[in-house]
Amino acid sequence: MATINLLEAINQALDQKLADDKRVVIFGEDAGFEGGVFRATAGLQKKYGEDRVFDTPIAESAIIGSALGMSLNGLLPVAEIQFDGFLFPGYAELVSHVARYRNRSRGAFSAPLVIRVPVGGGIRALEHHSESLETLLGHIPGLKIVTPSTPYDAKGLLISAIEDPDPVIFLEPKRIYRSGKQEVPTEMYRIPIGKAKVVKTGTDITVVAWGAMLREAEKALKLLENDNVNVELIDLRTISPIDEATIIESVKKTGRFLVVQEAVKSYGPGAELIALVNEKAFLHLEAPPSRVTGHDITVPLARAEQFHFVNPEQIRDAILKVVRF
Amino acid sequence: MLFEQFDPQKHQQLQILNEEAVIVNHKLDPKLDKALLLKMYKTMHLARVADLKALQFQRQGRMLTYPPNKGQEALQVGAMAALEPKDWLSPAYRELPAMLYRGIPLESIYLYWYGNEWGSHFDPNLHTLPFNIIIGSQVNHGAGLAMASKILKKDEVVVATIGDGGTSQGMFYEGLNFASSFNAPLIVLIQNNQWAISTPRRKATKAETLAQKAVAFGIPGIQVDGNDVLAMYVAMKAAAKHAREGKGPVLIEAVTYRLGAHTTSDDPTIYRSHEEVKIWEAKEPMIRFKKYLIDLNYWSEKEETALEEEHNDFVGKTFKNIEDNLGAAKLEDIFKYTYAEMTPQLTEQYEDYKAWLERKGN
Repeated sequence: MATINLLEAINQALDQKLADDKRVVIFGEDAGFEGGVFRATAGLQKKYGEDRVFDTPIAESAIIGSALGMSLNGLLPVAEIQFDGFLFPGYAELVSHVARYRNRSRGAFSAPLVIRVPVGGGIRALEHHSESLETLLGHIPGLKIVTPSTPYDAKGLLISAIEDPDPVIFLEPKRIYRSGKQEVPTEMYRIPIGKAKVVKTGTDITVVAWGAMLREAEKALKLLENDNVNVELIDLRTISPIDEATIIESVKKTGRFLVVQEAVKSYGPGAELIALVNEKAFLHLEAPPSRVTGHDITVPLARAEQFHFVNPEQIRDAILKVVRF
Repeated sequence: MLFEQFDPQKHQQLQILNEEAVIVNHKLDPKLDKALLLKMYKTMHLARVADLKALQFQRQGRMLTYPPNKGQEALQVGAMAALEPKDWLSPAYRELPAMLYRGIPLESIYLYWYGNEWGSHFDPNLHTLPFNIIIGSQVNHGAGLAMASKILKKDEVVVATIGDGGTSQGMFYEGLNFASSFNAPLIVLIQNNQWAISTPRRKATKAETLAQKAVAFGIPGIQVDGNDVLAMYVAMKAAAKHAREGKGPVLIEAVTYRLGAHTTSDDPTIYRSHEEVKIWEAKEPMIRFKKYLIDLNYWSEKEETALEEEHNDFVGKTFKNIEDNLGAAKLEDIFKYTYAEMTPQLTEQYEDYKAWLERKGN
């Protein structure tokens, strides 16, 4: 066991998979020599050489498209997109090619690759550096989308992602990269993709969050200490495919449902999760399922971001509204 | 014809004013008049002061992430001075000097890096687009501006600026090919400052020069000493003439050096040597331009001191005004400009959130 932050957990997972499997290669803009702008790949080029850990020219389309080619020809690429807003030049490759290879070839070809992307806001970053990608990625059949909220999950999920036979997009909530440390086993372990985690059991309401919002939801629970509300908090961990069983079982128990989502409101994972609850647990509901989200706007620049990003007080109020319906 | 004289494939680079401030190519000396030279110099000087002060403000926790442009003043101002006001600039983000020359107020530029969208709210008649952080797309936008100019017979030329790192992006090639295919008046100006964050130019392409990429588009390409303000002026003047005469795009590679960090979040000591930076410090463009002006008796140390004081004062006041009056964001602004008119959903979200804030006593 060692006490490390989320970024260090990612670095450790990459390090151990590089050592464990000769097919693993790591690359991206500044991901080699410098070790990435967030230092997620720090020290890896020195340890494993430039053939396995390398810098690329600035070209997200080629980063993702070439990752696909590498995965079709015997490698297990783990590519880094430097910031969420830079994914889009490479988005066409994901939608049109990476996600489809297995299906269109009826299994003859597959794309076992991982794309790591720092996501989300709350760090007063520049324009195009604070985007949420769950909706745009979760909507693509053939991709798996995971996002950790703790160092422990980050390591276990990333190892699973690299070993997964299908393409996995690994969304890293940059806001919590360094914001908390946790004891993480030094050996390799896996957290299954497609499994949510019940962080806290409760009886009154099911609250689902993921990534950086998990921590905000936990802060909201602290604010609720004197309100006599027993919340069941679930960390979704995998955006796609959703762990239906864990969520439906919980809602059947609590009868109330709230989603906390950093992304803009419309067509987001919150909408998907509420539809799911309506379809599969409707008769157990004691209040309309609800969501607390960003507004349907372009992510504001730093001076207005506090108006957009969901805060613990909003979550507390939303919980109370559902519980007191 | 300038472009035939300087073939990037033969390692020919245009220089007029050398590092010692001596005119080394008299034939091409544009012999600019004093007023224009001083306007250029003063803009570069303001850009330098604003750049250094932005770094100070950032270190004091008053400014957010900021991309320094120290060392790139000559190439930007030299190029912009060769354009007409009706021409267009489609910039990337390290273009503070160029934006200033185009007439964008320092207040706007600072406000943008301060983290407020009003920094991109400036007079569209200045024919200058706001900063673009997505690498490379400004070349596509530039191609479109140029195609519109051509279709609407507007007699404008368009300059899209991009870094050496940006030339790896597909959009650089697509935009230039579009412009060349439609014979549109687009000039792409590469600011080759040698470093794409931590990745050196030599590692990003096997091409010996970036200017030679022009060959693939069937257009002229020229490599210029980007720290020579006169050479930049002459190269852009020729490129603008070429484009304005309906002969299509031109690619200019300005060789310079990013003396500062990529942004204030970057630590260049990780990836490049102090010695390398030293070499380029000695070649930086302000030194030679100032000496050139003093040698011509157009400028003096006394005037320099006065200008330094004036610019320090102006920059300080501009930033203070942002901190005190302009910088804070208004809630309604983040909703109001999503569409020409607020949708019912946005109106509801705005009203709900405003009411929630009021209940919280904010």
